[in-house]
Amino acid sequence: MASTIHLDVVSAEESIFSGEAEFVAAPAKLGEVGIYPNHAPLITTIKPGVLRIKVANSGEEQAIYISGGLLEVQPGAITVLADTAIRGHDLDEVKAIEAKRAAEEALKNKASGVDYARAQAELSEALAQLQTIEQLRKTTH
Amino acid sequence: MAGSKEIRTKIKSVENTRKITKAMEMVAASKMRKAQERMRMARPYAEKIRNVTAHLSQANSEYKHPFIVKREKVSNVGLIVVSSDKGLCGGLNTNVLRLSLNQMKEWESEGKKIAVSAIGNKGFSYMNRVGADVKSHVTGLGDTPHLEKLIGTIKVMLDAYVAGEIDQLFICYTRFINTMKQAPIMEQLLPLSSEHLDTTATTAKGHWDYIYEPDANVVIDELMTRYIESIIYHAVAENMASEQSARMVAMKAASDNAKTVIGELKLVYNKARQAAITKEISEIVGGAAAV
Repeated sequence: MASTIHLDVVSAEESIFSGEAEFVAAPAKLGEVGIYPNHAPLITTIKPGVLRIKVANSGEEQAIYISGGLLEVQPGAITVLADTAIRGHDLDEVKAIEAKRAAEEALKNKASGVDYARAQAELSEALAQLQTIEQLRKTTH
Repeated sequence: MAGSKEIRTKIKSVENTRKITKAMEMVAASKMRKAQERMRMARPYAEKIRNVTAHLSQANSEYKHPFIVKREKVSNVGLIVVSSDKGLCGGLNTNVLRLSLNQMKEWESEGKKIAVSAIGNKGFSYMNRVGADVKSHVTGLGDTPHLEKLIGTIKVMLDAYVAGEIDQLFICYTRFINTMKQAPIMEQLLPLSSEHLDTTATTAKGHWDYIYEPDANVVIDELMTRYIESIIYHAVAENMASEQSARMVAMKAASDNAKTVIGELKLVYNKARQAAITKEISEIVGGAAAV
């Protein structure tokens, strides 16, 4: 019987932990869950909180703060998909509304963004012209 | 002598430009390394979430998330355009925008309506200018992309998809192939294609179902949203690496060009100087002969 289980803790921006663990405790949505090797397949959402890991062969306990995410238990492996930001339906909603509002606002006062972009477009046109001249000069030499 | 001062000023100005492009090249080179590193760091999450999603689609058949269900009739299309915030990076944004525009033209000719979401300043201002229906945007991501900044923008599109306002969602960004080569590509995000849910790549075999907590629907909803977000995040990270390497290459070309220009101007200047001296000598000699 395996007395350890492989654990991966990853977030979208980096890998946080990867290795063998004897025991993992995670703040699941419906209350803290403790997972030993040979746990039944489980998938659950987790709340912001502390993930405690008993690292195999060292007896050392690691604590990782995570701001929510998902936990998956497979036979022989645990995966924690950690969020990089505190999530919540309401919070996400606020962000979405904010993004929408910003887009509408920007559509209203177009002038500020566009002029700048146009200037740059002209610049790149000038660059292209220069390049053509350069090319022409090379061929005529 | 006419023009000699003007040429000197011109040389000075080109030299100054070269200093700037050289500096920008070096800055881009160091930023590119970091951007590549970030791209690499985002990979484990993308792989894991893909595996979990694949398992889930295999394990549970009773609840089908809307992201998986293919719609019969596609009349509205959503497009996420990933571009850079700043310019001076060669043809990077132009290529992405051209690809998007061609595709949009095609959709329009098929009678489909298009909703656009823009990530990055360039794409946003461009889409605004051409009069596209921009539903959401995010600009000013800086050098490190953070998922937190993208959530709102993505959610607008995902909500539109769930609500049936769009039937398909695509993403257009620049894929990083290597330092010298980047290619604009268009990928379908929603509905998730079977390629995204391929289970052959996953290691664990056999059939089982999970214990779901709190229940299957909630978990699958959360997972799907994160899955899409992770794909988009990865696209943004890749676009940033592409941006930096494109800028590096563009700035190197600019520095090289400045160097040749300086060389040519110096030649002209020396010729002019030589001509002036010769003229002066012949004038003195002529004057002496007259005396």
